[in-house]
Amino acid sequence: MVKQMLRMVACGLVIAANGGCGKQRTAVTVAGSTAFQPFAEKLAEQFMTERLDIAVTVQGGGSALGVQAALSGAAQIGMADLVQLPPEAQALTAVVVARDGIAVVVNNKNSIKDLTMEQIRNIFCGKIRNWKELGGVDHEITVVSREAGSGTRSSFEKIVKDVTLTKDAIIQDSNGTIRETVAMDENAVGYLSHGLLNEKIKAVTVVGVACTTEEVVAGRYPIVRPVYLLTKGEPTGACKDFIDYVCSAEGQKTIKDSGLIPAK
Amino acid sequence: MQDSPNTPVHPKRPARRRVAGAFVTWCSDHLARYVFLAVAFSATASLLLIALFILKEGVPFIVKIGFKDFLFASEWDPSAGKFGIYPMIIASLWVTLGAMLIGAPLGVAGAIFLTQFVPRSVMRIIKPMIELLAGIPSVLYGFMGVMVLAPFIRNHLGGPGLSLLAGSIILGIMVLPTVISISVDTINAVPRTYLEGALALGATRWQSVHMVILKAARSGIIASIILAMGRAVGETMAVIMVVGNAVKIPHSALDSVRTLTANIALEMGYATGLHRQALFATGVVLFVVVMILNSLAMAAMKRKTGS
Repeated sequence: MVKQMLRMVACGLVIAANGGCGKQRTAVTVAGSTAFQPFAEKLAEQFMTERLDIAVTVQGGGSALGVQAALSGAAQIGMADLVQLPPEAQALTAVVVARDGIAVVVNNKNSIKDLTMEQIRNIFCGKIRNWKELGGVDHEITVVSREAGSGTRSSFEKIVKDVTLTKDAIIQDSNGTIRETVAMDENAVGYLSHGLLNEKIKAVTVVGVACTTEEVVAGRYPIVRPVYLLTKGEPTGACKDFIDYVCSAEGQKTIKDSGLIPAK
Repeated sequence: MQDSPNTPVHPKRPARRRVAGAFVTWCSDHLARYVFLAVAFSATASLLLIALFILKEGVPFIVKIGFKDFLFASEWDPSAGKFGIYPMIIASLWVTLGAMLIGAPLGVAGAIFLTQFVPRSVMRIIKPMIELLAGIPSVLYGFMGVMVLAPFIRNHLGGPGLSLLAGSIILGIMVLPTVISISVDTINAVPRTYLEGALALGATRWQSVHMVILKAARSGIIASIILAMGRAVGETMAVIMVVGNAVKIPHSALDSVRTLTANIALEMGYATGLHRQALFATGVVLFVVVMILNSLAMAAMKRKTGS
């Protein structure tokens, strides 16, 4: 929350600074998914170096807010990374701009290397409670999940199917804090966006398939969600230019280089 | 510009100007009064507006869901339309109680030590240092909790580490400045003659401290503890970071819990519709709890001045 607010203030300052130099720029506001936000910021930055007549502002707030903002007009473009868009998003035009694998992560000291979907479901439902049952050490599993309403969580639960999160699960409010919690607790298991994996944690393979860009592009890795850009009606003008840029070869290359998976 | 009747009037100055000067003084006097009134009122007004806003958003929800299904149901699953905050109420109570068990004895003992057993000059150095504790941002307390306390609990006591116990310890430390500085002030306000009288009657230093001084300062000390409880109930950032935020009724101090404040802050970013209203309703519950605690503290303070 605090981070999001700071970002919004920072965006505000950027707008103020741009306004100060006297040039009139067409404003485009992009809001929504916190997972896609850093990538959208990078894309916006590059887009604006080419198009001096357009000012793109990127805000977070979550996928649900992305849908709401696009509907209400609070933002011209909403970002949402959900497997299934909510029914109210029917009224919006959705373009898939990227795909994002959700990696199941454990502590580096954990000996578990591979899990099946069935096992993942049972862990998060609280039916498998000890690593011993999976061939690991005899210790209780600490399940780490995201808060209700998170796009990553709803996508994860939808793809893994029938997950009723165990009540013992520790809840963290961002991909980053999930990573820290799993990195510090030897018995923890969590999930996070593929783009945010690093050496502090270990992503397990799911049915033998690793969560890598290649496997996701090839369609083999099972836990993948699309990232949508949403507009009210067909995008026009500056909005269309920005979405076109994101979908262009250059935009898709940026997405790939930053660790996400391009849509095409 | 001063034209009060006592100042000698300049002989050359016409009477009309004197009257005008007095009028200006009168005006500025009254103007200042209203400006200050407006400024003072703005603080009260913002309290009133916050209260009204939270009530307006939250109360209809409580009415709609039903008082019992909101406060005493233990299922919290907003996407399935289940909004029971009972586990969080219990969690808030336990975390606060734990914080008081740690913070109150330490704080009161610290205050006694600072006022009775340490020279004034030393206290003048130590007390501001303790008050500095209050200035440390709560996120830093949380950070310490995550990096040091949680791993310690996990390795030595078991459980996930991020737990009720960790929250209580962090909050217990956070409320120390509140307990110590108010307790020190009330103990210092006890007339010196009480202590001298007790000592003259043959009481030892410790006897006179706990039988006379603590008794005389009791209401102030109780007020400091109640104010600290208010702070502990309302603390958000540090608590979110160390308690793990699992929605369940804790069975031991090592279990992960979610407090009322954590619930609001965690889910506010995503909540829409009924879910959002539920968070406001959680705010109503918190608001009422904190108001009750503050009123109790005020009542305790008043009793002291009354006796």
